[in-house]
Amino acid sequence: MQTKNKKRKFRYVWNFPGFGGWTAIFFGFLYIPIFILVCYSFNSSKFAMIWTGFSFRWYAKLFSNDDIQTATINSFIVAFAAAPLATIIATFSALALVRGGEFRFREFSSGLITLPLMVPEIVTAVATLIFFASLGINLGLINVIIAHTVFCIPFAFMPIKAALEAMDPNLELAARDLYSDKTSTFKTITLPLLTPGILSGFMLAFVISIDDFIITLMVAGGGATTLPVYIYSMVKMGVSPEVNAVSSLMLAFSIFIVTLYWFFNRKINN
Amino acid sequence: MMEKKVNAIDVRNVTKIYTSGNAQTKALKNANLTIYDNEFFTLLGPSGCGKTTLLRLIAGFEDITDGSINLFNQEIVNLPPNKRPVNTVFQQYSLFPHLNVYENVAFGLRRLKKDASFVESRTFEVLELVQMKEYANRKPNQLSGGQQQRVALARALAPEPKVLLLDEPLSALDLKLRQAMRFELKTLQRETGITFVFVTHDQEEALTMSDRIAVINEGEIQQIGEPEQIYESPSNKFVANFIGEANLLSGVCKTSGENGVCELDTGHELNLFVPPHIKQNDKVTIFIRPERIKIEKSSKDKSQLRISEFTYLGNAATIQLKSNNQLINVNLPIEDLKIFKKDDYVDLHFPKESAQVID
Repeated sequence: MQTKNKKRKFRYVWNFPGFGGWTAIFFGFLYIPIFILVCYSFNSSKFAMIWTGFSFRWYAKLFSNDDIQTATINSFIVAFAAAPLATIIATFSALALVRGGEFRFREFSSGLITLPLMVPEIVTAVATLIFFASLGINLGLINVIIAHTVFCIPFAFMPIKAALEAMDPNLELAARDLYSDKTSTFKTITLPLLTPGILSGFMLAFVISIDDFIITLMVAGGGATTLPVYIYSMVKMGVSPEVNAVSSLMLAFSIFIVTLYWFFNRKINN
Repeated sequence: MMEKKVNAIDVRNVTKIYTSGNAQTKALKNANLTIYDNEFFTLLGPSGCGKTTLLRLIAGFEDITDGSINLFNQEIVNLPPNKRPVNTVFQQYSLFPHLNVYENVAFGLRRLKKDASFVESRTFEVLELVQMKEYANRKPNQLSGGQQQRVALARALAPEPKVLLLDEPLSALDLKLRQAMRFELKTLQRETGITFVFVTHDQEEALTMSDRIAVINEGEIQQIGEPEQIYESPSNKFVANFIGEANLLSGVCKTSGENGVCELDTGHELNLFVPPHIKQNDKVTIFIRPERIKIEKSSKDKSQLRISEFTYLGNAATIQLKSNNQLINVNLPIEDLKIFKKDDYVDLHFPKESAQVID
């Protein structure tokens, strides 16, 4: 009985001494600063870290700030252009790589598409900057859209590829067997079944684009400032409560998108 | 039964080679067979023998390497799957998960551009046939394995294919359901009059359901025949071993021809047909089913055959006889259970025409 109890005690990882405490510290470190930031965005004080009372003052101020509005609109323009483009390219890549049969460099191509996930972002950023500069392409927001499209492809690619790999290839064969040609099989079977994967790829690409800072900072010229880049420039002049408010809004938006992403992902797994 | 048979499928010299990288796998080697109209035909063999490959070649899911396949005397090798009037029931059913039962079954009819009223009446007719009418609005994941199986059948039968291809459709079901579905499939085939080509690795399934069976091993067709033929006179050692239990006993030919004689290594002499190409003193292998051998009591000084294993099965028993280096399996009928026990010495009788010389 004694030995049995001892064994049971270490059956789960959280039964190890100290595990619970470390977990709590980890989560605290991760989320408490964010929580405080959101709290202070409702602070009525002019100083970022002194609580004087609840107010929507800084949110109101945001909405009357033209620069912030321009930056926000830029961010959305970029994300709404880059995410769909990246998703379309990622969808075709996934179809070719998963359903295209055997061809030379298949595995290699698949790796090449996802490699940017592992390349330090600053490398991509500098490379993109040099690329645009040497070609003399200077189209403002379009430069940012091109850069975002490219680095969002692997993010959109991963969930779409996973959804396609989880799909029974016999379903397409069954449709072909039931007198459906290639085009109508794609329209009636492949695409509807792949939609949750495509949507979750799109969400991921969208969030990544909205949040991106390093590449955008390098690529964006004057007039092409996005929200994260603008927030950074605000912080450089000192942390004002306005920064708290705009960060909180971005956080809320990201949570919303990630929730959608999670929802579609759950649909794939069902 | 003497009416002229119509050829539903002719497989002529079909070879299929899979190439991946530099490796080549011969899945089918020069296969030839004819399947008649209105027949329940089974492709039987161990996994990886090429039976599913042959089915997929008929369906059009794979490109043929060499040879031809005719469907009612029409070459179909160059037609895509959607242009072939055959339908498939898949091993894992492969129902469209985003469509309900009705839409799954109506899918083929819609693709054939049948008019709406016909699609509806035919879909319900087929759902009725498989007793799934009341489930028309369910999604596939709300159905049990057996129900999904019925829907898969209905979906494949709805467009009235000339031939129905079934790829191990019962293997995902539990034993009880599998046995019930065997009977239902057979009935369905008789009622619809559609030619069924059924792939299985289960010899019992094949023996109970089929009009004819083709036994396949390592990409080669070993034997084609009615279940009885395959069971009673297998054409080679593989078929003998794969279908049911078999004793393959070694011996020597004494006389060949119609009234040939062979002597087993155990000393027993058998009267049987010995093919003329076998000469006197040639070594031979003799095939006999365990239930065909008759045994009687003997004693230690008269016989070297001892019962080394006795396995009680309730309604029968199997025993294993040992003599020198040979093992012989015998099935005991229920009335003999009490007579014999382990370590008894026995003698054997082989009824004429129950044994055969085998390659």
